[in-house]
Formats: sequence, structure tokens, C-alpha cells
Amino acid sequence: MTRVYISTVLPAPVTSVWRIVRNFNGLPDWTPFVTASRIEGGMHPDQIGCIRNFQLGNGDTIREQLLALSDYDMSCTYSILESGMGVRDYIATLALIPVTDGNRTFASWEANFDCDPQAESGLIDQIGQGVFQTAFDALNKRFS
Amino acid sequence: MDTVRESTVIDAPVGAVWALLRDFNSHDRWHPAIASSRIEDGLASQTVGGVRYFSLTDGSILREQLISCSDRDMSLRYCLLDSPLPLMGYVAEMCLRPVTDGDRTLLEWSSTFDPPAPERNRLIALVRDEIYRAGFSALHDWFSGAPQPVKPVAPSKPPSVPPKNSSQTPMGIVIQRHGGPDVLSFQPIELPPVGPNEVRLHQTYVGVNFIDIHCRTGHFDLIDPPGIPGMEAVGIVTNVGTEVSDLRPGDRVGYACAPVGAYCTDRVMPESMLVRLPDRLSDDQAAGTLLKGMTASFLLYDVQPVGPDDIVLIHAASGGVGQLLVQWATALGARVIATASSAEKLEMALSNGADCTINYRQEDFVAATLDLTDGLGANVIFDGVGQSTLQGSLEAAAIRGHVVSFGEASGPPGHHDLGRMSSKSLRFSRPNYGHYVGSAAQVERYSRLLFEAISSGKLRIPSPEIYPLSKAADAQSALEARSLTWSAVLDTSG
Repeated sequence: MTRVYISTVLPAPVTSVWRIVRNFNGLPDWTPFVTASRIEGGMHPDQIGCIRNFQLGNGDTIREQLLALSDYDMSCTYSILESGMGVRDYIATLALIPVTDGNRTFASWEANFDCDPQAESGLIDQIGQGVFQTAFDALNKRFS
Repeated sequence: MDTVRESTVIDAPVGAVWALLRDFNSHDRWHPAIASSRIEDGLASQTVGGVRYFSLTDGSILREQLISCSDRDMSLRYCLLDSPLPLMGYVAEMCLRPVTDGDRTLLEWSSTFDPPAPERNRLIALVRDEIYRAGFSALHDWFSGAPQPVKPVAPSKPPSVPPKNSSQTPMGIVIQRHGGPDVLSFQPIELPPVGPNEVRLHQTYVGVNFIDIHCRTGHFDLIDPPGIPGMEAVGIVTNVGTEVSDLRPGDRVGYACAPVGAYCTDRVMPESMLVRLPDRLSDDQAAGTLLKGMTASFLLYDVQPVGPDDIVLIHAASGGVGQLLVQWATALGARVIATASSAEKLEMALSNGADCTINYRQEDFVAATLDLTDGLGANVIFDGVGQSTLQGSLEAAAIRGHVVSFGEASGPPGHHDLGRMSSKSLRFSRPNYGHYVGSAAQVERYSRLLFEAISSGKLRIPSPEIYPLSKAADAQSALEARSLTWSAVLDTSG
């Protein structure tokens, strides 16, 4: 199992950040690499089990399923059903924690998955820096 | 329960921050409120179960126990054992998470506790500001390499030589601030003039009760320090006010009532709250019996009249009130089931007349009570223990039973589901001593019932353990340690 873990501190109250990232259908609103997203089968994006189907800037499509969403813990867990990334059993969690000192937000994004050994270091960099850190950087810019 | 949750980001790698914080004996190195720290019993500082002993910069003492520590999660939890503040049930957690973006550390510091209502806001602000935020600020300095401020050294306490007692100077035990037994000081006190309906007493013996400890810790807000604790004493009338009709100097009287202020050699009291004592009770016996006896009296006659048809479950049957309840309920014809924590204490309950006993350390008292009552439960339950027994008491009660929660020796009774009480049509009472023994008529009624029960032989009154008034702290500690077989009184001549 390979683990990728990225975390940051955002200069905004946790409720403001959570309002944006809790929307399972909202990746185009806050990440620079997702161009379009829809929820399959007309389900509500808050419904556990729903599937988001989104396009990347390069035209690739990814399907991910919502496994857990908690407004109480401010965390969201999902799995990848289909992608061109070459990962298996991929499960990721995005979670927020309030930083009372300065009314800021701690955000962590963690993924665990299996992959071919020769692809591992490339995927760690692609997912950690290319996806999670890039998305966090966009949020940081938005709140600065 | 209240929760205080604070978090900050420290500009240092998580490994470095954890290396400092996981050392349970390190907090005196960085926290400004802590002058010195040591781990008791020579244990290593990461020993779960270990106790750290803090001297604070204001001279007070704090003891905290490590209850969990995880290098995997980088978190630790601890609870408060002794504190100058009434932070009841205080459990705190420190938890670290890496901030990969910038190689920094998220530190969360949180706690839950149950403060006494009148002090709630002050204590929450104090924990948040003076413990957590002050600690964060010090940790920021520590990891930024800023020079560390020199901490003031804890003031060494002057040797406590009590002033010499004399017949001219009334002496008393004063609670200087809420806290442990060390906040009690023996010192001269001033007495108010005797009002028209008041008498002045020279007290011989003073009763020591759990309520005095609750006043000392601040759990009950009956004393705004400094103040004198105590609800019960026996003495001789020395002066009477102009309107006093029934008492004269030389009369032997006792009392067990509010207001607090009994831990002293001399006291002014309203005539209406004093009772004359039967000759067969000595001063020390009476001082150790009045409050417990009047409690048993109103519990058995007014909160829940008890008779031959009743099955009565009595918790802590070897405690002060428990011993009286067992004897008295038995004499009233009830079948008594007694619970206690040792064979010796259960033996005492049997000799006091209990029909059967349950050792609640060794067996589930709910199941045992149901066994002893053909599955029906007890129809009256007297629970002076509180936190650790009350849920079980509700479960052990019979249909239309009455659970009387009159004490909290193990902690506050907590939160319970009122809705479920209808499944057995239960009744529940939380009698408050002051509401039953608050008027002259009530004092007269409950003391008369008590003295009649003693005179007729229904109640045997043991002799209390006697401590000098100046050693009130020792008496309270003995009560808290449950090491007394009956009660403790303070001898004002010592």
C-alpha cells in the first residue's frame, strides 16, 4: 500500500473552507485542473454512494465514488472507480481542522492505494504535488 | 460537560515538537505557569499511568496522570488528580499533525471538564487563556529560539505555626481559596455581635462532612473564599440576645444547618436553628451524628416514607448516612439490601440489620438486586454515591420504584434519560439538605425523630474519630480516603 499525505494551513475560517470543499460535485469551482463535473444518475452530491464523473484539462475522465461525508468532522472520503492513472484500491480523505490561533484552517489530504512498483514514485509526486498541493495552492490564493 | 479546544501552528517539524511534548515531565521547561515538575514514584516520563507533580509559579500544586500516549498518532491524554481549581472530571489531550506545506506542526490542545456552574465562564477562560494560549505562545518562543523568560521561583511557604489558642481569641479554619486540603488554614477569626434572636456558643466538637469538602474544592458554591466551612457542631451557650426566650448561658445545644461556618471555637447562631441534646449523646457523638441523622430522618419520613412492605436498596451502607439508613429502615420494618465495597463493610451492614448484602466491587449490583427480589427490583433506592451507581440504581428499581439520589460521593450524578423512566413509572428525587432542614419547624421535626430513634434503641450511635480543630485537613483527607468507619469530628480544645 502506498500512502500520500499533504497538509497545509489556509488563511480563512474553517467554515468558509468547508463550504467550498464539501461539495462533491464542486471540483471545477476550486481546483485548476478539473474542467467539468457531474453526478451520475441524478443523485444529490451529498448522498453517500454517489459517483462524480469529471474531466481534466487534458481530456481524461475520472469516476470517483463518495464513501463518507461528515459535516461534524469536516471530512470527506472517496474511492476511484475509473481513471487512467494506474492505481488500484485508491481511497482518499480530505479533512479540515480549525486552527483557533488566528481563526485559520488546517487542511489535510491523504490517499492510500496500490500500484505497480516502478510507477510508485511518479504517482506519489503526481498525486501529492500535482493534485493535492496544487488544489491547496489554489485555495490559498483564493483566501489570501 | 464543557469542552475547550485550542489549536495553533508551530513553525517546527512535527518530530521536534513531539520530541518535546511527549516527555510528560518536560512541561516546566516551556510552560510559563509551571515552576517545577517531577514524575512520582521514579517512573520514566512516558509511563502511561505515571503521575506528574507540578509546582506552579503561584506556589500551588497540581498532579496530573498520563492516561494515554501514542507515538504513532503523536497524541497524549492526561487527567487532573489534584488541582487548586474545581476542574471536575478534567481530561485533556494534546495532538500533533504534520503540516507538509512548510514542514510545520499543527498542535491541538483540548479538554473536557465539568465546572461548578457559578465558576463556569471564569474557568473556561482560564483554561483557554492561561493554560493553552499561554502555552502556545511559549512554544512559539521555544521553537523560534527566542530567549526564554526567567520564571519566578515558587514562593516558599512560611512555616505554618498556628497562633496560640486562648479563651479570648476565637479560632477557626479558613478556606483561603478553592483547592485541596492545604487551602485550610487555622487562624484567629472575628465574631459578629450577638443579635436579638441569636446566641453565642463556645463549641466543643465540630462535625466533618462531605459537603465541607465540596465547599473547599468549589464544587458547591457555598463559600466565596476566604470563608469558614462546616455545617454541624455542638457547644455551650455563652451569651444570649435580648429576644432569646428558651436558651440560657450554660445550655448544651447542637446544630446541623446552613449557613456554613462551623469549623471554629466560637460562633454566633440564630436560636431557632439550635436543638437541645439528649443526655445519652456525648458532645463528640452528637457532633458526628446530627447532620447524618437529620438526613436519614427526612429521607425516611418525608422524601420516601418507608414501611414493612418496602424492599429498600441502600448504597454505601457502611458510610455515615448509610449506617443510619440501614438500622432505621430495618427498624421501620423494611427489608434492606445493602451494598458496600468490602466483606468487612458488608459484615457491618448485616450487624446493623440488613437482610442481605451485595459487594459491588465483586458483583453487578443490578443483577444481584434483581436476583434477590425475584426479578422485581427494589422499590426504594437510597443512592448517596452518585456518578458510579446512579445508572445502575435506575436499572435496579422496581416498577413504580423511587430512586432517591441524595449524595455524590463518587462524583456528580450525570445525565440520564428521563424518557426511559416511564418504562417502569419510576420516581426520582434529588433532595437538598438545605430545603429539608432550613426552618425552625423542620429542625424541630427531624431532630425529634432522630432523638426518638436513638432513645428507643432503633439507632446505635458509634463514637467518632476525633481530630484537633487545627488538623481539620487530616480529618477531611481521612473522609475522602474512605478510611473512617463512622465519622470524624474536630475537637476545638486542640
